[in-house]
Amino acid sequence: MAGRELQKSFTGEGLACRRGERRVFQGVAFALAPGGALLLGGPNGSGKTSLLRLMAGLAQPEQGVITWDGGAIADDPAVHRTRLHYIGHQEAVKLALTAEENLAFWADMRGTANGATDALRRFKLDARATWPARYLSAGERKRLGLARLLASAAALWLLDEPITSLDAESTEILLTAIAEHRSAGGCVALATHAPLPLPGAQTLSLAAHTTWRQA
Amino acid sequence: MQRFANPARFMRLSAMLLPWSAIAAAVLIAIGFYGALFIAPPDYQQGEAVKIMYVHVPSAWLASLVYAVMAVASAVALIWRHPLAHIAAESAAPIGACFTFVCLATGSLWGEPMWGTWWVWDARLTSVLVLFFLYIGFIALANAFDDRTRGSRAAAILAIVGVVNLPIIKFSVDWWNTLHQKASVFRMGGPTIATSMLWPLLVIAAGFLFLFAVLLMLRMRTALLRAKLRALRFGT
Amino acid sequence: MSGFAALLTRDLRLAFRQGGDVANVVAFFALAVILFPFGVGPDPDLMARIAAGVLWVTALLAALLSLERLFDADYQDGSLEALSLMPVPLEIQVLAKCAAHWLTTGLPLTIIAPLLALVLHFDAAGYPALIAALLLGTPVLSLIGAIGAALTLGARRAGVLLSLLVLPLYIPVLIFGVAASEAAALGLESRPHLLLLAALLAGSLALAPWAAAAALRQAFE
Repeated sequence: MAGRELQKSFTGEGLACRRGERRVFQGVAFALAPGGALLLGGPNGSGKTSLLRLMAGLAQPEQGVITWDGGAIADDPAVHRTRLHYIGHQEAVKLALTAEENLAFWADMRGTANGATDALRRFKLDARATWPARYLSAGERKRLGLARLLASAAALWLLDEPITSLDAESTEILLTAIAEHRSAGGCVALATHAPLPLPGAQTLSLAAHTTWRQA
Repeated sequence: MQRFANPARFMRLSAMLLPWSAIAAAVLIAIGFYGALFIAPPDYQQGEAVKIMYVHVPSAWLASLVYAVMAVASAVALIWRHPLAHIAAESAAPIGACFTFVCLATGSLWGEPMWGTWWVWDARLTSVLVLFFLYIGFIALANAFDDRTRGSRAAAILAIVGVVNLPIIKFSVDWWNTLHQKASVFRMGGPTIATSMLWPLLVIAAGFLFLFAVLLMLRMRTALLRAKLRALRFGT
Repeated sequence: MSGFAALLTRDLRLAFRQGGDVANVVAFFALAVILFPFGVGPDPDLMARIAAGVLWVTALLAALLSLERLFDADYQDGSLEALSLMPVPLEIQVLAKCAAHWLTTGLPLTIIAPLLALVLHFDAAGYPALIAALLLGTPVLSLIGAIGAALTLGARRAGVLLSLLVLPLYIPVLIFGVAASEAAALGLESRPHLLLLAALLAGSLALAPWAAAAALRQAFE
């Protein structure tokens, strides 16, 4: 697929994050090579989502720097956005549009045509392609949200608790997609509560880095 | 807690400046009012009522000046992310709103003996009324979010949007006023104003400026102490 | 399809499928205008005097009421966050959303306004200027409104707050719009007022998307 950047590494050093008036974590570091996977663990509120958002460039770290291939992502946020997929807690699915229209929109926004059909098929949603999203089950909608990953190519995948509310079959589909992505040289960072069978994945537990006092 | 390292310097500086500024404000306002009430002559048409102008006009000046200060502080907050800048803008806003309100109220009180009505839609008063709503909007937006820092950032953007729009609004209100003008044009007395009337005005304005500085420093100190308290109680 | 076109078609598609948005705006506009004769009496001369002002103020309020849906639905379901991570610049996306908003708000208002002007005994000579002024002014309402909508995302009582923030900023559009509409009806030149409206439009096309995008970004920090 076009658009993959091989041999680029994704690192973060000395990261501190503040949400509102609270410092969520400090002293966090990571390094992702092409084909790598990073599992973010930790209790609720430890900052898994915050770290993913820093990686996506949605928020700026209070301290520290995140780099892609040696260049800070803050220097060129527009370019950084072209190389990543960020799937957060919400599916970003429009209920009034069909499954196909939803995906085709995201493919268009990233400048790839024709990515939608293939993505629907890979995520076993092709039978539902012409259904308005409001008639999909919750699991199907979650799969539709994840199908964005395949509708257009990007080197870095950032996933926030992707397997929550996914059934076993859908989880398999996602893991296969991740494996294919990694073998093509892409990297993935995901936040998860449960352990995931990703071969060769690093783990980063944020519990050790949180700084707020628990009641 | 290193977020508050700079504020320690501000606290020291403001502790030094406060007493002197307060004295300057009190002295200037006292002298100005004495000059306004006892030395400047009464207007041949309006009598003593014209003396309301000595509060009305400086208040109008301060209302605009404080908004400018807020806009500059907001720009500093957004561009350089200096934590004090947000606090400065948010502390200045209610002070500016009060000056605006005083300007409107004194304008209204003045209007009654002058034109026999409690409100006139002249260009200046109308612009100040709009400015009042810009202040209220800023304060409301800053306090409208559960996450206070989000409110501060949103209000900062609003302040800058407002400062860009303010000249446009003022221009359009002037335009509207000339379109609909009927009877006498109210003029402040411009360059023909007598020296004996002018100097108390300037002195009072200077006094109001120091008053603003005093109130701003007090509010900022309170805000910083409150933030420190929150940090100690709830942890950073 | 370019990002601008993709977003514009999506928003239009959503507006027409979810239905009622255009109808709501037009219905509110018509109802609010019709209230005035009940309020001030049916005297045609008085009507004609206040027609331009009534039309513009109610058009403003109708546009204001529909502003909330500009970003809120996308914000609630996570689409806005995903959009902010797209390669297409956020400023262009804001323009696309404002364009969709105008097509479903400002444009219908402009089309209905002459009918309502008829009801208010608006002088026939003023119609071209009225329509021209609305065509120039209603996009400005969408653009300036976008700034307010972006700033109040996720705020408590966002609707009321939005009105408080946006109405003062609407005053210039109101003043020049009414002046343009009335001038022609009074037999005067409406061109200077229309030129001022055009200047406002040009200015807000340049600056509003930038301010709204900045407001959207800080909503995600």
